[in-house]
Amino acid sequence: MIAHLFMRQGVQILFVLAMAPLLAGWVRQCRAWLANRAGAGLLQPYRELLRLLRKQPVVPHEASALFVATPYIVFTTMVVASALVPMITIHLPLAGAADAVVLAGVFSLARIFAALAAMDLGTGFGSMGARRAMLVGFLAEPALLMVLFTPALISGSTSLVVIVRQLARHGVILYPSMAFAAVAYVMVTLAENARLPVDNPDTHLELTMIHEALNLEYSGRYLALIEWGAAIKLFVYIGIGAALFFPWGIAQGTSSAGLAIAYALFSAKLATAGAGLAVIETVFAKLRLFRVPEFLGTAFLLAVLGLLMRYLFGH
Amino acid sequence: MPCDDLHPDTAWARLPGPLPAAHAWVDGKSWRALAARWRTEDGQLAALWGSDERPAGIGFVVHAIVICGGAWRWMSLAAGHDDPRFPALSELFPEAARQERALFDLLGISCDVGDTRPWLRHEAWGSTDFPLRRDFAEGAPKVGPADPSYPFIPVRGSGVHEIAVGPIHAGTIEPGHFRFSVVGDEILRLEERLGYTHKGVAKRLEGLPLAEGGRLAGRICADSTAAYAGAYAMAVEAVSACTVPPRALWLRALLWERERIANHLGDIGALCQDGGLAFGHTQFGLLKERWLQTHRQLFGHRYLMDMIIPGGVAGDLDLAAVALLDGECTTLLQATRSLQNIIDDHAGLQERFLGTGRLDETQARALGAAGLIARASGIGRDLRVFSPSPPYDTLKARIATRAEGDVAARVAIRFDEIYESLRLIRAILAALPDGPARVPCGPPCGVLGLGAVEGWRGPVLAAVTRAPGLGSHHVHMHDPSWQNWPLLERVVLGELVPDFPLINKSFNLAYSGHDL
Repeated sequence: MIAHLFMRQGVQILFVLAMAPLLAGWVRQCRAWLANRAGAGLLQPYRELLRLLRKQPVVPHEASALFVATPYIVFTTMVVASALVPMITIHLPLAGAADAVVLAGVFSLARIFAALAAMDLGTGFGSMGARRAMLVGFLAEPALLMVLFTPALISGSTSLVVIVRQLARHGVILYPSMAFAAVAYVMVTLAENARLPVDNPDTHLELTMIHEALNLEYSGRYLALIEWGAAIKLFVYIGIGAALFFPWGIAQGTSSAGLAIAYALFSAKLATAGAGLAVIETVFAKLRLFRVPEFLGTAFLLAVLGLLMRYLFGH
Repeated sequence: MPCDDLHPDTAWARLPGPLPAAHAWVDGKSWRALAARWRTEDGQLAALWGSDERPAGIGFVVHAIVICGGAWRWMSLAAGHDDPRFPALSELFPEAARQERALFDLLGISCDVGDTRPWLRHEAWGSTDFPLRRDFAEGAPKVGPADPSYPFIPVRGSGVHEIAVGPIHAGTIEPGHFRFSVVGDEILRLEERLGYTHKGVAKRLEGLPLAEGGRLAGRICADSTAAYAGAYAMAVEAVSACTVPPRALWLRALLWERERIANHLGDIGALCQDGGLAFGHTQFGLLKERWLQTHRQLFGHRYLMDMIIPGGVAGDLDLAAVALLDGECTTLLQATRSLQNIIDDHAGLQERFLGTGRLDETQARALGAAGLIARASGIGRDLRVFSPSPPYDTLKARIATRAEGDVAARVAIRFDEIYESLRLIRAILAALPDGPARVPCGPPCGVLGLGAVEGWRGPVLAAVTRAPGLGSHHVHMHDPSWQNWPLLERVVLGELVPDFPLINKSFNLAYSGHDL
């Protein structure tokens, strides 16, 4: 039984590791289609990772151990985060180990290390990127917590497993408070994953970068880990979103057939979310940097409104 | 008429060619006095450069061209033999400052006041070697790596720090160094450092016969090749007393307008991309690509290189080609209009464009803005209207101006100019004169020749000076980016660092075109 539990956990982690680049490729391909371009294909991120892994990394002379350690730390935290979210099944040994608040903390840990490593070299772009990443992060995090508290109030627990079990048991009920939380969650996801309209993942203009500016000095396998980690992060964010707002189809039992259906359903959710992300990124232009606090302030406000609605009216 | 009552001590000689231009030799006193008067009459310094005329016994010569009320005034000043000096014009015309610095870098002619830091000089030449001097040995040994001690002007204060960008960038773009002094993400000061693309073009042009230099002149700045080749051809025709057939003049205008449209399409697409709207980038990229493919099909080169030659135009159009070009105008007009509606209605993109990088008219006038940038700040300067050479005198081009001077205005000007150029192209195609498209251009006989074309960035100039007996000549090609680069430093003050690429793209100035 225990062995089965950990096998399921291991399979989910492997699934995330293997599929995260595909999700990134899918989003890019959808963006290309929406812009009337042919696109590079779904497998392009795998080719890029392979290319980076083969390349000899170049580490600046001034770099400290922190600089070299950070890609591993960031990658590991993302893998840990992927283990904590009940995406396929609620019977995960590690999912119970941490609740939603800890999950938010895991993401902050990665952000702090990325920012420290960027400042480690003392280059203009690194510290600029670190400053901007922290600006986005410290505004996005409270909004994320507020979003998580609404389903926590509904289900009476901050544990994602309990939330999923409760929400799925309620059946298809439309909670207005959850609608507010869902919109806020989409906004936070865009900001946290360095997507348009907050950051432009495709830009080559170093002065406009947020996430990319943190990684300018990385190359080879270090860059591969960071890129892979970023893909996993997006994957996990969609996983959390699916667990909170579309928990139906996450396996409650332990049968193989149930698991297979859960995997298929989750893949469908991913594809839909990826396509939706591509639409958002096509329709919106990039915000002026100092509009980002307003954007995230709006997300926070929406999340608080959802929370209030639940708390005061019980919707 | 202002600017026409000339300085009494100065003998003005009308220059050959279609431009209403006159030339005079002046002394140091009238050099300053004339410049001062033109400044008060809203004259614009079109170009300032020098030449080494020591073989002719005149020593070093400094030339300046000022456009004043539609009249072109070219004055030349003998600056001496051993320690050439001249009175600076940068106090009157701020846009002269960098050209004065380049004068010293290339020829060792110094002026009495102003910034003495190098501009085009990156330690590639010894401190006493000046590459444009006639006795400069080509292939002289390179001297050391670039000097890291270039004195940027520092900004001090609590929380101020510098961001150094370039000359090598994260994307595939031209080399330029930008030194920002910032507090947080707000720009307190920007200083440009260019001159990384020096190829010795001016030196090479001296070594080529005038009739053959056109190929090289058309390669100074590839996105303006028709304008450069056109200006060069006009200048050479002026010193060769060559009369270009009307059909060639009309075909040249056709090429210039097509070049303008191609660049404006590309720029609007790039501005959409920098604003984060990839859709616009792809759509305008597609329109530009089709436009360039027509160039390739009808003129043999995507960017129209080597089409305009001294004496006329290298190719000609048959009736089928005329019909094809006319039809293409209709298609492009519809496509551009519908895309403009999308862009104008896109709140997010307009939020980025509106009010960003504002250059008001007062500043633009004081600093001598040229071309498209001036027109976006409400200054209606366009050679096609103020010095209209055929066929623009009959086509009656309309100037597009906007008063706002922000990125949005520079986008709007580009749209307006696309529509106007499409109208001009159709008018040209409808009334294209018959006859030959080129005539043989005789050997050069004159001393001075001036050519000017309103390229898509602004006026592109070519000035030829010849020493007839000695067979030596100098060609100066001038890009409007000389005037507009310093404006970029001005408009970003108080803006956000991440908005700089957008503002820079809305200017889209030449790195290579002003570094010869």
